[in-house]
Amino acid sequence: MWREWIPFWRPGASPHAADVDLLFTGLLLTSLFVTALLFSLLLAFAIRYRANSDADRGHRIRKSWRWEIGWTTATLVAFLVLFAWGASLFLDLYAPPSDALPIYIVAKQWMWKAQHPGGQREINELHLPVHRPVRLIMASQDVIHSFFIPALRLKRDVVPGRYQDMWFEPDKPGIFQLLCAEFCGTDHSRMSGRIVVLDASDYEQWLSRQDVNGTLAAEGARVFRALGCGGCHSASSVVRAPPLEGLYGKPVPLQDGTVATADERYIRDSILLPRAQISAGYEPVMPSFAGKIGEDDLIRLVAYIKSLAEEERGSAR
Amino acid sequence: MSEQEKNYLTADYRLRSWFFTTDHKRVAILYFAGITLFFFVGGAAATLIRLELATPQGDLVTSDVYNRLFTMHGIVMVWFFLIPSIPTTLGNFLVPLMIGARDLAFPRLNLTSWYLFMGGGALTLYAIFAGGVDTGWTFYTPFSTFYSNGHVVLAATGVFVAGFGSILTGLNFIVTIHRLRAPGLTWYRLPIFLWSLYATSVILVLATPVLAMTLLLIALERIFGVGVFDPRLGGDPLLFQHLFWFYSHPAVYIMILPGMGVVSELVTCFSRKALFGYKFVAWCSIAIAAIGFLVWGHHMFVSGQSAFSALVFSFMSFVVAVPSAIKVFNWTATLHKGWIRFDAPMLYALAFIGLFTIGGLTGLFLACLAYDVYVTDTYFVVAHFHYIMVGGMVTAYFGGLHFWWPKITGRLYPEYWARAAAILIFFGFNMTFFPQFMLGVLGMPRRYHTYWPELQVWNVLSSAGASILALAYALPLFYLGWSLFWGRRAGPNPWNATGLEWQTPSPPPKHNFKTTPVVTRPPYCYTPEAQPQNA
Repeated sequence: MWREWIPFWRPGASPHAADVDLLFTGLLLTSLFVTALLFSLLLAFAIRYRANSDADRGHRIRKSWRWEIGWTTATLVAFLVLFAWGASLFLDLYAPPSDALPIYIVAKQWMWKAQHPGGQREINELHLPVHRPVRLIMASQDVIHSFFIPALRLKRDVVPGRYQDMWFEPDKPGIFQLLCAEFCGTDHSRMSGRIVVLDASDYEQWLSRQDVNGTLAAEGARVFRALGCGGCHSASSVVRAPPLEGLYGKPVPLQDGTVATADERYIRDSILLPRAQISAGYEPVMPSFAGKIGEDDLIRLVAYIKSLAEEERGSAR
Repeated sequence: MSEQEKNYLTADYRLRSWFFTTDHKRVAILYFAGITLFFFVGGAAATLIRLELATPQGDLVTSDVYNRLFTMHGIVMVWFFLIPSIPTTLGNFLVPLMIGARDLAFPRLNLTSWYLFMGGGALTLYAIFAGGVDTGWTFYTPFSTFYSNGHVVLAATGVFVAGFGSILTGLNFIVTIHRLRAPGLTWYRLPIFLWSLYATSVILVLATPVLAMTLLLIALERIFGVGVFDPRLGGDPLLFQHLFWFYSHPAVYIMILPGMGVVSELVTCFSRKALFGYKFVAWCSIAIAAIGFLVWGHHMFVSGQSAFSALVFSFMSFVVAVPSAIKVFNWTATLHKGWIRFDAPMLYALAFIGLFTIGGLTGLFLACLAYDVYVTDTYFVVAHFHYIMVGGMVTAYFGGLHFWWPKITGRLYPEYWARAAAILIFFGFNMTFFPQFMLGVLGMPRRYHTYWPELQVWNVLSSAGASILALAYALPLFYLGWSLFWGRRAGPNPWNATGLEWQTPSPPPKHNFKTTPVVTRPPYCYTPEAQPQNA
């Protein structure tokens, strides 16, 4: 293909990557046009109006404001088009499909850890099925890292203290580079790995070959018991705490009158900063678990609480 | 030599007459010595970085040393060379001369600024040589407040102290330009250089305090564990980025606006024409300074700020590019039907226009949301801002230095050496930084000590260019130094330039003007070389 002849073009691996490449082409052509126009004018003026040439200097432009308004408007219009183009592609990144496969990433100096919903774990590798939207929920255990896959034209900072998410849909099998793009200390440039995109059947095979200690949600249930969460959050408990069954994905009315959506970030914040968002009608009695639970266990716990909602929906049907 | 003929350099030879001077011209020379030192310190770090990157493996220095090298390069170049460069040297020297004043409004404050600058610089240099800092010049938290094992607080203190020098310089310029203009010198008769410096000063005064507070908060968190930015202590790392870029993006305009001012002076003088669209260019400086305060979030498109903020910041970033584009068009239109000469300062000015255009256009790639997600934090960004700051600002600084060198020293430099250096800088610069755009598009992240082998060809090109650039930047040191002693005497106005500074002898006497000049004309009343206006 013609792109292979361009030495600075990296093949993409998702529909979004193709869109971004087209945007790049648009930006490049605009820039080349402006550069060519400007540089040829500079060159032409420099030659024609050099001090010792006898070119005609009469009839200079007197009314400059027409020119000023002309090129200001032209520039602004061209910029608005580029802005809108870039923005529309960018907004897609904030709208993951609801059936996207959730995968949890924990970054730490200097490695990437991944946990699949089935309980499979990997380090510095991530196996994914082709043609299926994937949503990454990412946390950092120490400093800011940035999850960067050049072939997908995507990166996202992984900021400690919060979940960051990104989604994509690889459209060809293969092995792609995973890099850290935010400076994170000594071995920043070695914090890399591989994204392995497999056909559906290969992917199932890979999943089944891994040693698994129960699904992620099952592991989360064990963490739930170990931390004694059920002491309050169960139907039989004496303390009145919000029920967790059916919570995930629902709107939660808060005491201050606002409404939050119970996504991963909300669940995480409720465990670590329980007093920040109090459910309407409940006493603020929950202790914070900040410092008592690591990012890995937190992910399992969140996966478990999410699974309670899926069970609820399953039984409702 | 009679008493009357003494100039500011020969007025007094004692050392204390330099270190306790309140003459704006001498303070400019003091600053010149300071930033030249820092330029070569930062340049030494850059040299080692490019040497290391000639091979994909990290085989010259360890990762910890490499991380300290690019941090030192960034901190020294940004705060101790680029930000002070044109304002404190050419600005200090020229502001009073250009407005027909005897000195700045607050001469002692001016000297204080220099001591603050040098004090901050000394602290930072000490931090570097006592073991270094490995956070990058951006000091991102929580890395800088907890995980880094470098001298973060010491280096930040250096920047903090030097920042006060910046604030005072800005204040001094604002008051001077408002209050000390010669009779008849209305705002629309000011040279564009002064409009640019005025805009720069406003940013210095308004933005630098935010940096000072931010650095103070870093120190509080790192030393006393007060939780502001570290989530373990209940802080927010993104808050740091907002505060840091609220200063550091306007700081980019601190670095480029004075360069635009210099280029406006050079282009008009060497095409013997008034500036095309003077009022537009003047107000564009103010527009850039104002809008420049509303674009900081474009450094954070992938950091986790909301999609809505990202949209607004992207839009504003496109808007702020418009006045810059207008300036480029106006400089080009100024050449039209001029009498263009290609003396060394003009070569620098033309190089500035070309390099700044490339830097500006690649800035559009980064303002464009979906594309920024791909190339942010890669070498594309590194190449882009070096085109603006080195290709733009440093080139303009060299152009201005050559243009006003006869005024500052009273001597002419060897013209052909100067032209050779200008051309060499242009080629060396492009060879160093253009391949870095390719590296960015290929996905090489910045601040990488090692990289994958496919990228080596571009890195070797870049390093080879850097060796040419290093040589080219050292050249002026020699021929300008030579001219101090053996250069031809310049006379008051070797370029036949308009502007009040050219009406004084070269070098100017201690108090600049014997009688306060009266201004009756707009700036840049240039006539063709055939009929020199002083004749």
